[in-house]
Amino acid sequence: MREAYLIPDTLEAAAALLAEHGGRARVVGGGTDYFVDEAHNGAPILIDVTRLRGLREIREAEGYVLIGCGVTHAQIVASPLIQRGGTALVEACGQIGGPQVRNVATLAGNIAHALPAADGTLALLALGGEIQVAWHADGALHTEWWPLARAFKGPGQSAVDSTRQIIAAMRFKPTGANEASAFARVMRPQGVALPIMGLAARVQFDAEGRIAAASIATGPAGPVPFRALQTEAFLIGRTLSEVTLNEAAQVLLQEVHLRTSPHRATAEYRREVLPVLLRRALTRCAARARGELITA
Amino acid sequence: MAKLTLTINGEVRSAEVPPGAFLADVLRETFGLTGTKIGCNEAECGICTVLVDGVPVNSCIYPALKANGAHVQTVEGLAQNGKLHPLQQAFIDHGAVQCGFCTPGLLMTAKALLDQNPNPTEDDIKHALKDTYCRCTGYVSVINAIRDAAARLRGEPPIPPSLPHTKEPLRFVGRPLPRPDAVAKVTGAAKYTDDYVFPNMLHGATLRAGIPHARIKRIDTSKAKALPGVVAVLTHEDVPGRKNHGLVYEDWPVLCYDKVRYVGDAVAIVAAETRAIAEQALKLIEVEYEPLPVVDDPVAALAPDAPKVHEQGNLLKHIHVEKGDIDQGFAEADVIVEGEYQTATTEHAFLEPECSIGRVTEDGRIEVYVGSQIPYADRRQVANALGVPEDRVRIIGMLIGGGFGGKEDIAGQIHAALLAKATGRPVKILYRRSESLIFHPKRHAVKFKVKVGAKRDGTFTAMRIELWGDTGAYASLGDKVMTRAATHASGPYEVPHVKIDCYAVYTNNVPAGAFRGFGVTQSAFAIESAIDELAHRLGISPIEIRRKNALRVGSVTNTGAVIRESVGLLECIARVEQALQAEGTPWVFRKPDKPNKVYAWGFAAAYKNTGLGGGAPDRSEVEVEAFEDGSAEVRTSAAEIGQGLVGVLASIAAEELGVPYERVRVLLSDTDLTPDGGPTTASRQTYVTGNAARLASIKLRERLASVAAEMLDVPVDHLRFEDGYVRCNGKAVSFAEVVRQAHAEGIHTRLSHLYEAPKTQPLGTGGDMHFAFSYAAQAALVEVDLETGEVNCLKVISATDVGRAINPLALQGQIEGGIVMCLGNALTEEFIQEKGIPYTNRFARYKMPSIRHTPQIVSFIVEDPAAEGPYGAKGVGEISSIPTTPAITNAIFAATGVRVRKLPVDQDALLRAMRAQKAELAGSG
Repeated sequence: MREAYLIPDTLEAAAALLAEHGGRARVVGGGTDYFVDEAHNGAPILIDVTRLRGLREIREAEGYVLIGCGVTHAQIVASPLIQRGGTALVEACGQIGGPQVRNVATLAGNIAHALPAADGTLALLALGGEIQVAWHADGALHTEWWPLARAFKGPGQSAVDSTRQIIAAMRFKPTGANEASAFARVMRPQGVALPIMGLAARVQFDAEGRIAAASIATGPAGPVPFRALQTEAFLIGRTLSEVTLNEAAQVLLQEVHLRTSPHRATAEYRREVLPVLLRRALTRCAARARGELITA
Repeated sequence: MAKLTLTINGEVRSAEVPPGAFLADVLRETFGLTGTKIGCNEAECGICTVLVDGVPVNSCIYPALKANGAHVQTVEGLAQNGKLHPLQQAFIDHGAVQCGFCTPGLLMTAKALLDQNPNPTEDDIKHALKDTYCRCTGYVSVINAIRDAAARLRGEPPIPPSLPHTKEPLRFVGRPLPRPDAVAKVTGAAKYTDDYVFPNMLHGATLRAGIPHARIKRIDTSKAKALPGVVAVLTHEDVPGRKNHGLVYEDWPVLCYDKVRYVGDAVAIVAAETRAIAEQALKLIEVEYEPLPVVDDPVAALAPDAPKVHEQGNLLKHIHVEKGDIDQGFAEADVIVEGEYQTATTEHAFLEPECSIGRVTEDGRIEVYVGSQIPYADRRQVANALGVPEDRVRIIGMLIGGGFGGKEDIAGQIHAALLAKATGRPVKILYRRSESLIFHPKRHAVKFKVKVGAKRDGTFTAMRIELWGDTGAYASLGDKVMTRAATHASGPYEVPHVKIDCYAVYTNNVPAGAFRGFGVTQSAFAIESAIDELAHRLGISPIEIRRKNALRVGSVTNTGAVIRESVGLLECIARVEQALQAEGTPWVFRKPDKPNKVYAWGFAAAYKNTGLGGGAPDRSEVEVEAFEDGSAEVRTSAAEIGQGLVGVLASIAAEELGVPYERVRVLLSDTDLTPDGGPTTASRQTYVTGNAARLASIKLRERLASVAAEMLDVPVDHLRFEDGYVRCNGKAVSFAEVVRQAHAEGIHTRLSHLYEAPKTQPLGTGGDMHFAFSYAAQAALVEVDLETGEVNCLKVISATDVGRAINPLALQGQIEGGIVMCLGNALTEEFIQEKGIPYTNRFARYKMPSIRHTPQIVSFIVEDPAAEGPYGAKGVGEISSIPTTPAITNAIFAATGVRVRKLPVDQDALLRAMRAQKAELAGSG
């Protein structure tokens, strides 16, 4: 039985409440995943972190785009800052649920859920995102920035202990000149409401049109959201030709671990569509970097 | 408890609520705003949508306390000062309201869209309503209504509804009249079973087996009984009457006594002060099982050593259809195609989960409030289980939030009655979506072996078809469904030599029973695919091969019936063909700007019986009463499940009595007050109950005519009943005055008519197995992504022979809704079970079509009248939902060369098949 649903208005208060209830309380964001599964893990006390002062909006800070833990998918989709500097995230968040879910569900919640193919998570990972973890100890608030990859322990298992810690914010460096990001996915129309394959890319080109920097995240390609480091390395210094796309796809297929998930997809099918997603995301990045397609 | 203060529809409200409460529950239970409906409790279906500070949210999982201080808008707040919001009016005008259960969610989601975007495109509408589901309309009317409302809000002239061309209307029959219940449904005033609360009411819950097959060793309810707040816990020992129920075969335990045969079997029931306590009590009931081997496949279940689901064996029914000499037929064939096909178990996904309220009256009778498709069958089954005469039970029909065949069997009716009797208090049993999914009968999964022979010119010579239908743990209507699947298995064609063997087989899966299309949806997929393959092999157009063989007047069906009239199939085929020519696209084509896509058309035809047929007496009784205020009431027990029966009956009575449509009330489904209209199944109500209403109205008119004739001093046969008056030669007297005069003379103005549809013959005896058939032809345009295997259906051209359109607006809704439901059957829907355990145990695991799947629909109505049907009408509820699936899968073949043999279409398998085919072609080239 739920004993309390608390909606603190500062990060300090939220962290203090968690500490005070010593494991009987847990953090909740929009709750659109949590309340569906609540029968399996109903904490007696919930601390809603969607109303924390200063963490309900998207802003620029110290060269980063900073997204507070109360920010919803709808806010991200509507944000000119992210449309410009983190298009992949807009594309990913725009595909999650319908407006009713996007108006409530938070990106922080998406990350906390730790699914290996979560759309928003993949996009933030490709953007080189970080999360700010906050907790209360010794009568004080502590915060620490983690690279996003550190947040995941396994499928559905977060390294952030939601009975002790809060994902207070997320941030990434916005894409600049000759740089862009994109997200592509394939859904299955039957069965589980989860994407069967998603891929996000962030690519920077040099003045000659060669790839200067690349970051690619995909999933499900293992127990946690997957950074395709070998494919990224392969792309450096190349132009985005047909040959490059084909060869990059082969590198990508070499480094990922695709498996068959019942009622979702066969490994074989994933091998077929992953190169398609890579091609779609990279060509969109290139077009955007050339200024042809600015927003999602 | 915690304090909650919020503004609802402009009014500040406060209450103490439990900290775990969700907004939907608080709106409904604390504030009595039952216009907001709950469909799934998992943020999937969107029908609980309300606006919180202007933005739409799913109130079913929105913490109530999170809305503290917020402005909440619900459907009840849309109309202002008694004037409907333009969205509400447009939903009525466009027929975007059917069962009405999802309507509040659609309206509120649309309201949020129009608040932000006063001129949305169709894409904008589809984007905004993506996760707000409707199972009745197919969304076309919803899109049109929203565009219309947007125009009105911008101050532009309204956009009229797009209606099919139909015959010249009579006074009311043939006109697109609004539904009588539409205003209540768009304002949130319409009440469904769960919207009723009785004083002192308890809440019931049901312990489900949770395992697919086991012997019950022991049931111990003592701990549950000891839980504070629990008032009664009942098991099979507490069932005083018959231990089993069933519509045709009484094989389904009210509460299991020896075995459980599927996971949804009921083992015990609890009544408690709150739902939470009742659910908690379920966990305290101890049941010891001895697991038994599970059989989950109808073919495997027929093996001699298969585990037996029922003592008498697993074969529920073998259905045999034979015409001519099958060997001779294949000997005469120039070409033979053979194939195996398989359809999926599918779920009705009516948006209102089952709910029953049981109540004991002061004189000891039992009342059950329920939205049921067959109220009199409910009464019989409740009375039998209680061990009381049927007249001690009263079924009071509620509004029904969708049925589609899924509300024909007993759900909680008997349990609610038992608990009410045991406790002496009203008891409500509302199923959660997860419970509804694992409990109620589904569409049969059917395996087919099909062999079709034809001459070189495409003339069919022989069809040999075998079917194995998985009827699950209990018979439900499995025997009837599979009979229909078998008799329709050779399609709407004249075939000289036919042999069909069909097996309805018990397994430990969730039972299968009635579902719109009633077996014919399945067999149409198999036979229309095979015919498509044959046409391809012969190099004949898919349209031509069907035209060549189509049933026409004088044809003999596979059961030996001679078709004598009302067979509009050729006209349906011609209409679709003309429309296809007007499209001007090739059968298969590419678009330069979509290099990875291929587009193609597919074609299919279908027929579907109207009425029960097979020798079953098909009756309906309707009572009509005229009142001294000039109004009339039509009464019958027939279900309004969204299809528009109330409007059909009102327009028929208005037509015959000459009173305004608005002055005719329709009272349905109260077994104390309304005679038996028979089951709402088999597309039969417009025909059978429509005829009963027509004939009762004519009888009443004749009785009133003799009174009026004396009042006006004119001959009876010169009278005209029109506009609420009775007129003759310039003299007139109002309908109301005639009724008053009749009463003064001691003449009753209430009478009933029992209509009996034309006799039919049992299968195997020749003659008419059915008294009418409806026909349809459809073409579907698909887009296939060659890189991912993703399939979209972009357009459906449909022509449907319904005999006569009684209400073109409601008819359009039936056709669009049927097409989209059948599109789901092709592309998205599968109720997945693994060794008898449903994987699909919540809505997130069952994908029915959303508004994003809605194709453009071009619909033609063919009216080839049935002589005995009311004004020529025959059934319409199912026919449109039958040909869409094969039209889509045949289009996929045309696009890719891959023949879909298993439903639903699986993009994963399709892509791999395309790759394999390409490799094969490359290898052979």
